[in-house]
Parts: sequence; structure tokens; C-alpha cells
Amino acid sequence: MSNHFLSPGHTACAGCGQSLAARLVIDASGPNTIVVNNTGCLEVFSTKYPETAWEVPWIHSLFENAAAVASGVESALRYLGKKDGINVIAQGGDGSTADIGLQALSGMLERGHDILYVCYDNEAYMNTGVQRSGLTPFNTNTSTSPVTNSSSGNIRPKKPMPEIANAHGIAYVATASAGFAQDIQRKVKKAMSIKGPKYMQIHVPCPLGWRYGPELTFEVAKLAVDTGLYPLIEYENGKLTGVRQIQPKPVEEYLKAQGRFKHLLNNPEEIKKIQAIADANIEKYNLRVVKPEGN
Amino acid sequence: MKEFLEGSLAVGEIIRLCKPGVISAYPITPQTHIVEELATMVCEGKLNSQFVNVESEHSAASVVLGAVATGVRVYTATSSQGLLYMAEVLFNIAGMRLPVVMTCANRAISAPINIWNDQQDSVSMRDTGWVQLFAEDIQEAADFHLIAYKLAEDKSVMLPVMVCMDGFILTHGIETVDMPSQEQVDKFLPAYKPLYKLDTENPISMGLLADPDYYMETRYALQETHKDVLNLIPKITADFAKVFGRAYNGLVEEYYTKDAERVIVAMGSVCGTIKEVVDELRAKGKKVGLLKITSYRPFPAQAIYEALKNTPKVAVMDRAVSLGSFAPLYSEIKAVFCSKKKKPQVISSFVVGLGGRDITKDSIKEVFRLLTAKELAGEFIDLKPELLKESYE
Amino acid sequence: MYGPLTSKPGTSKNNKTGSWRIATRPKYLQKNCIGCKMCLLVCPEGCISGNEKNTFICDYSYCKGCGICAMICPKKDIVMVKEESTEKDK
Repeated sequence: MSNHFLSPGHTACAGCGQSLAARLVIDASGPNTIVVNNTGCLEVFSTKYPETAWEVPWIHSLFENAAAVASGVESALRYLGKKDGINVIAQGGDGSTADIGLQALSGMLERGHDILYVCYDNEAYMNTGVQRSGLTPFNTNTSTSPVTNSSSGNIRPKKPMPEIANAHGIAYVATASAGFAQDIQRKVKKAMSIKGPKYMQIHVPCPLGWRYGPELTFEVAKLAVDTGLYPLIEYENGKLTGVRQIQPKPVEEYLKAQGRFKHLLNNPEEIKKIQAIADANIEKYNLRVVKPEGN
Repeated sequence: MKEFLEGSLAVGEIIRLCKPGVISAYPITPQTHIVEELATMVCEGKLNSQFVNVESEHSAASVVLGAVATGVRVYTATSSQGLLYMAEVLFNIAGMRLPVVMTCANRAISAPINIWNDQQDSVSMRDTGWVQLFAEDIQEAADFHLIAYKLAEDKSVMLPVMVCMDGFILTHGIETVDMPSQEQVDKFLPAYKPLYKLDTENPISMGLLADPDYYMETRYALQETHKDVLNLIPKITADFAKVFGRAYNGLVEEYYTKDAERVIVAMGSVCGTIKEVVDELRAKGKKVGLLKITSYRPFPAQAIYEALKNTPKVAVMDRAVSLGSFAPLYSEIKAVFCSKKKKPQVISSFVVGLGGRDITKDSIKEVFRLLTAKELAGEFIDLKPELLKESYE
Repeated sequence: MYGPLTSKPGTSKNNKTGSWRIATRPKYLQKNCIGCKMCLLVCPEGCISGNEKNTFICDYSYCKGCGICAMICPKKDIVMVKEESTEKDK
């Protein structure tokens, strides 16, 4: 078994996209890292007393305050004169980042702390049983945005968190995906080379909440990117500097792989609306490959 | 050295002498002067500390949580709504056994919004696991912060401590205060050496999930430590007296209780006014006294029992209410004597001074007057009956 | 003092999640492997090891049998097999 900084024996579901991504993140950051975790699946499955899966110093306090606790950790390191040698990561799920923890995150970004914030975006409150969050996509079937005769799921599109983070004028914002493992690690290393607050949002499929077979985590994540529904982008000092270009696939290919979108498959009108979201992303970030590759 | 100082400035100066490495706070009246003073000290280079201006009290408490977990002495201050907003972090800090020291500038709770003094805020936080020390005057407010750090960081304790000082009355009042030197403070309070911390050389995990197999013992341990604190406080105050020359009991203060027929129990600045009334009534030959509660958490039940077991009539003055039940301090004083053979014949409850209503010497004389053979279970003093007749329609 | 509930690093390894596997387990054929390390990168357990081509293997005491490694292998050099055939396939 290779040495990782997030060890096996944790109790994530088989095929968990978040456990995959969290290990890639901490492995890229390395042993000189202090991790501050919001409450959520990652916290619960990795640190049930008396065991922990973490090989780096790690702390959890509450659902919504990792960004603030990390601000305290970073300030203490600064006071001790140790900040230069140590990375600080604050991390949480989409709910603890975009909803209940948004204020603490905004404060952390605005104050200029040298911290990488990582949002593992599985697009609902998975730890409590798949309730919708501010990052749940349009028309998703969740336990609090259920599909009924008069409803086709979540009525709002995803909150534009990367743009919100970017609006704080920070040096680095990136999205990433469990379907692009090396890309996650490259972005973490890049983030750690930049002083100041950094925001990364990683799309992490959840077999249980999205209702697909656990072996498909990687494929489902890739499809979200390849349809334009989850653009992989990088902002540096407010400017869009990196985009993973795609030959866009129709959104049905992504939707049909998941139970949470099953209700849409006989509903071309609703699928059109989701295609429009992908098309808008493709347009906005210029995602389309100009010269298609030969394959 | 004796100085004529505003309470907030005295506390700010004491905190400077305690050398916290990280300070974080969010402004709320009447706490502001303390943190403004500290921010100025940091900016002027008089205090080597990271001052983190946060976006809320929730984050202020979270920042000091993270910093103290990294092994650095910390400080925060708040009041009223801010303390309530911190509430879940307060429980968390105590549960994680992190020695945060905080000032609570006691203030009423909304609604209606009111910036003036009562003690509903910190009293509402009594179950958080924090030690709560109530100051009577500015000298105590200053001194109790030194005691707070010493107590919080004791390796057998590792609990957060809240120093409660009545808003405006003590934060903005000006008194002569004997301020210690840096040498004295250093002698009394050594540098913070954490038992456990976030450290890449020894990468432990903190703040873990405890299932039913483990949770209950953590709460039991907190409860047992609070009992230990009752024994430790007198030792620390004795050390304090040696260095600074001021002796505190630290749990309760008895003022003419020994032979008293009627005793008022109270916390905070009102005790100064009560002492004046006691002096006046004693001069007239009335056997009255005061029992001041300094340590509200842990609750010094034994000390209270010893002080009041032979007192015929006791009046408990609460500057807070537990809506729908008995006043908070009253119900606990009653509990002390429940099933005891020696006990006061009467323990009456008085709710006073909510939302900054002045507690005058007349208010206190009224309490003594009403302390008769008839037990009162929650008498509001200085109410304006004419206002109660007003109707919404 | 009991209560701060700290844990020593990596102690989750005491928890053998391999017992979770019900139906299938990955079999590392080690024939056509090109050493791309994708299996190692994407394993949600972090329980795959290997460096050179045809050396990759997972630790069955932790493998939950999700099947991502078999799905991602570009050479189909990892296959999911029935859990019963444990000993024979080792």
C-alpha cells in the first residue's frame, strides 16, 4: 500500500468521490499541512473516535466555521513565525461552503489569510440524507426538492460559488473534478505556491445521493465536465487563465447515468433547460475546442 | 501602580500584560472599548499579537478556537447578542478542552433591543462548560483576567473562562485601579504550554466524532473538572495574593453574613451598591448582609451552604430571568438547601435591573423590606405598573 | 483528563473495511498494465500500491469493491470477479 496522508480504513461509501478527491488534495499538499474540516461526510467518515484517517494535523469544530478556525490556525502560525513552512487547508462540503459557511468563508477570503479553501461539491447535503443545497443543480431530485406531478426537482440553478469567491479579489480560484485526478493535484500545488486566500471547488460524485453504481464515479464526473455542466476553470487575480476545453457532449449522456435525473429522461422540455445551462457555460468560458482532435 | 482608569482600558492593559498571540473580536456595545484599545496597542507595536478583525462573533470565537488549538494564548470579548451568536462555538471550545479567555460585557438580550446592562447573556450560557467569574468592580474585572488565564491553562483544567463585567457600569465606569507590572504578571502567569496542539511534527486529529460508546464520558469529565476547579480557584487566588497583594476568595465573598438575619445573594456590580446599603442598615443596628457569588460556574454550592446555613432569611437577586420558570440564580440557591437540615427559613426571589434599569439603594432597601416570613418566588423590583396597563389594541 | 478526544495519525487502518465487499472484488491481472497509475490515483480508499507496470495490487483488507479501478483501467487489466473465488484468484 502506498503512503497517503488520508489513510484507508475510513468509512466512506464504496466509490465515494469525496474520499477520492480529499486524498488527492492532501497528498498534493503534503505532510506540512494543517487541515481544518467543516462537519459533513468527510469529517464523519474519516475521524470517528478513537480512529482518524488523517496523517496530518487535523481539526474539526463545527458545520460552518472551518474558514474561521483556519483563520485562527493561520494567525497562530504567523504569530509563532511558522507560517512559511506550513500549508493550511480549510475544507467542507457544498452545504457548509455555499450555504451555512458562506459568511465565514467570505470573511476568510476578504481578510487575506494564507489558506486554501477546498469545497467538495457533491451537490446536496449527503451526510443528512440528500437534501438540496445552494449548489444543487437545476431540476435535481433530492429529498427536499422532490419530484412530484407539479415539480421536476430543484427549482434553482447552482449558486455561482467560484465567481463569488473570485469577486473577493483573491489570487487564485479553480474548479476541478474527481474525473480529472492529476488536474486536482496540479491545481492544489499551484494554489500552494501562491500566498493569500485560494478557493478550489471540486466536483465529487456521490453514488448514494446521485444514484448510480459506485464503479461509475470517475465516468460520471468526467461527463459533467464533458457536457459543459461543470466547467473546469482557473482564475488568477480575477482573470480567467485556465479552461479545460471540451467537445461538448449532449447533457442527456450525463443525466441518464444518474437516478437523481431519471425523471427528466422523458421530458425533453426540461432537458432543454439543462442543455441551455451547459450551453451558457460553454459560451461564457469558451469551453469548446476550436479544432476538434483527430479521434 | 494605582491609576484612574476606565474599566475597558484596565482590562485591555491587563490583556496586553498577558501577551495573547491571537486576539479576535467583532464589535458590539458595550465591549468595544476593550477591543479598540487592544487593536490600537497592536498597531502601535505595544503588543505583539495577531489581531483578527472578523465578520461575526461566531467567527471571533472560531478564530480563537483555531489559534489556541495551534498552541497560542488567545483572547476575545463580546456581549449580549454576540455571546448568543457564539453559543455553539462556546460549547465546542469547552468540549474540546481549549483554554480560551473571554470578557463578557454583560448586556440585555433582544427583543426589544437594548444595549444596557443585565446578566441574561452570560447566565444563558451557563451550561456551555465555561467557567464564569463575575466581577464587582473594575479592580476585580482586571484581576479576574489574570486568574482566568492561570485557571484555564492549568493542565488539570483546560477549560475556557469567561470574565463577566457589567456593561457600561464596569466597562465604561472609571475607578482607581491598582495595575500590575509586567514582572508581576510574568511571575504569576508563565507562558502557555499546551498539552496538545495542531503540530506537523506530531499530527494528531482533534474534534472527532464520538459515538454513544464515548460521548458521555467526555461530558462527565467536564463535569468532574468543574468540581476540581472549585478546589483550584482558592489555590490560584492565594498565589495571586502573594504576587499582587489582593486577596480574593474567588468563589463567594461574605459581607457581614456571620450574624445576619437577612442576607441578599447577588452577582456583579450591584454588590457594591448592596454593600453600601448593608453599611447603612448595620449603622442602624439591622443585622443584614451580602453573599456575593463570584464563581457562577462552577457553582460553589458548598461555600454557599456554609455561608447561609444559619441565615434565617435570604433574598436572591437575579439580573436575569428564566422565562417560564424560577429566576436562574434563585433556583440554584434553593437547590443548595434542598434536603438539608440546616437552611434558611425563607429564600425569596427578586428580579432586578433588567435592560439597564438602575438598581438604586432604594431598590435594595425594598428587597430587604420585602424579605419577610412570606417567601416570594420571583418578585420584579422597580416595575412601572402604569406601563403594564397599556394594551396593543 | 478524559475529553479532548484526540487521535493518533492514520489509526483508521485498524478498521478493515475490506469486510464491506459483498459481490465482487477487483482482480489485478498484471499482464497488459502500462503503469499509468490511474487505478492508484482514483481509488477512494487509497489502498492500491505499485510503481512499475504489472506491479499494481490493492490491499483487500481495505478494498470496498467499488470497481472504479477496473472501470478506469485503459488496458482492461483489472477485472471485477465474484467475491467467492477469493483464494483461487490471489
